[in-house]
Amino acid sequence: MINNTNLTPRVFKSTQIYFDLLKYFLLFTATLITLLPILVIFFGAFKTGVEFNSTGPFNLPKSWSLDNFRTVWIKGQMGLAFRNTIFIIGGASLGSILTGTMASYVIHRFNFRGKKFIKNLFLWIVLIPGTTAQVSRFQIVNALGLYNTPWVAIILAMGTDILAIYIYLQFLDSIPLSLDESAIIDGAGYFRVYFQIIMPLLKPATVTVLIIKSIGMYNDFYTPFLYMPKKSLQVISTILYKFKGPYGSQWEVICAGIVIAIIPTLVLFLALQKQIYNGLVSGAVKQ
Amino acid sequence: MKRFNNLTHKKQQSIIAFLFLLVPTTLVIVFGYVPFFSMIEYSFLRWDGLGPKQFIGFKNYIDALTRVENYRVFKVSLYYLVASFVQTIAALFFATILSFNTRGKNFFKGVLFFPHLINGVAIGLIFLYFFRGDGGTLNTFLKFLGFKGETLWLSDPKLVNWSIAFTSVWRYTGYNMVMFLGAIQSIPKEIYEAAELDGANWFDVFWHIILKTIMPIIKLMLILAITGSLSVFEAPYIMTGGGNGSETFVIRTVETAFKYNKIGLASAMAILLTIIIIFITIIQEKFFGND
Repeated sequence: MINNTNLTPRVFKSTQIYFDLLKYFLLFTATLITLLPILVIFFGAFKTGVEFNSTGPFNLPKSWSLDNFRTVWIKGQMGLAFRNTIFIIGGASLGSILTGTMASYVIHRFNFRGKKFIKNLFLWIVLIPGTTAQVSRFQIVNALGLYNTPWVAIILAMGTDILAIYIYLQFLDSIPLSLDESAIIDGAGYFRVYFQIIMPLLKPATVTVLIIKSIGMYNDFYTPFLYMPKKSLQVISTILYKFKGPYGSQWEVICAGIVIAIIPTLVLFLALQKQIYNGLVSGAVKQ
Repeated sequence: MKRFNNLTHKKQQSIIAFLFLLVPTTLVIVFGYVPFFSMIEYSFLRWDGLGPKQFIGFKNYIDALTRVENYRVFKVSLYYLVASFVQTIAALFFATILSFNTRGKNFFKGVLFFPHLINGVAIGLIFLYFFRGDGGTLNTFLKFLGFKGETLWLSDPKLVNWSIAFTSVWRYTGYNMVMFLGAIQSIPKEIYEAAELDGANWFDVFWHIILKTIMPIIKLMLILAITGSLSVFEAPYIMTGGGNGSETFVIRTVETAFKYNKIGLASAMAILLTIIIIFITIIQEKFFGND
């Protein structure tokens, strides 16, 4: 579908030089605006406290010391935060993939009473704004004993973010029904069709779900902030937020924390650029 | 299992449908709909979340809409609304130029997009430093350009919302651009060639071909931007805690609920926001259709 050829219609050619100059000027400006705020943080992370306070943000670090990283990793407990974050992302992804494929399989392929109603149940939920709904969701989470457990983040991600179901429903349109039918004729049961035909064919959609879920949960601040305040349950977002307090006068340490938080994102982005772009485009269509 | 296979296909389907939908439906009801309906109930109560509940009719709604400190926060959304228009236009512009022959296209695309992937709290901290009055990134840069560079970007109530709204432009422009770019690249090359034969200039190409083709995605991005600017929470909460006049509707709602324990009033505010968002969505469906 995506036509990646470079095209310059000849209609642009008459004014080509001016157009090019302006184009690159604006692109470089935008690049500068995007990178500068991050670059100074990167510099700051390698400066000593004295150096940080006595030099400007654009000065390169002299010492290139790793002390701030050590401080923030050990005293700031970022290792623990990473472990918690990974656990939550893993649990929520697994859960969403299972419930998402199961729900969309039966909604897309089966006929049963109340099907339309259940489908709408999943569609309408997006209209309720997330953060404000916490006002009353908190009461339920609390009543179920989920407050201050890692399960709350996993269950809320499965239960209220039903993007996975949209993506799978959309993708099932492209899997021919005749595949299911011929398997049934050959004597396969519906469970087998689900596990051996549908699940494997949904793999590209699963990659999309995984990408969107992971990005979303790695960056989610409010759910862990509200429901998991316990120190041992901190995730990357909440621990970064907490740094504002104790390290408020040691910005070089905060800088190191920010850099550590960005590194996994950067590595994944460089490795999976194409899938991330495609995943986000297909994920947005049904939002 | 044997007995299950002897059932008619219709029966089997019903049983499997029940089993497969049990967990997701329960979750969406318990954590999505039950809170929503109980929020409607709470919105008519005076309640601190623990003590006795007292029915007070529409008083919470009246309070939410008439007390200055409660509706003032809606004005803050306007800054983000302006920002989302700027962001949409910038995204459209860069998507258009990047879809034509440009050196380092993937580099520019990647750089502009990357902020969207960064942790929201990290972004808040990055810009806390960026906007710092004394020795922050922006002021140092302005000094370098010959300005005074002593502006208090986050403590001056006249500037704070523009500063934070800029953060959201920084964060989301690249994301919108990638969406537009995907749509532009699906336009077949032959259409440009045909336009060229007809003597179209670059403006015609942009206006009649590019803009027309990607209109549905522009509408989608705009509607997301509008509802998004009504529900801004994270950036101002992290950067200023809602201080200096940067409090948004959602920050106010959340504080009303969890800081002042006025669950009733907070629920009424949340319901109002939901109504506004549903209203905007309906208008969009009515006027633009769901393409």
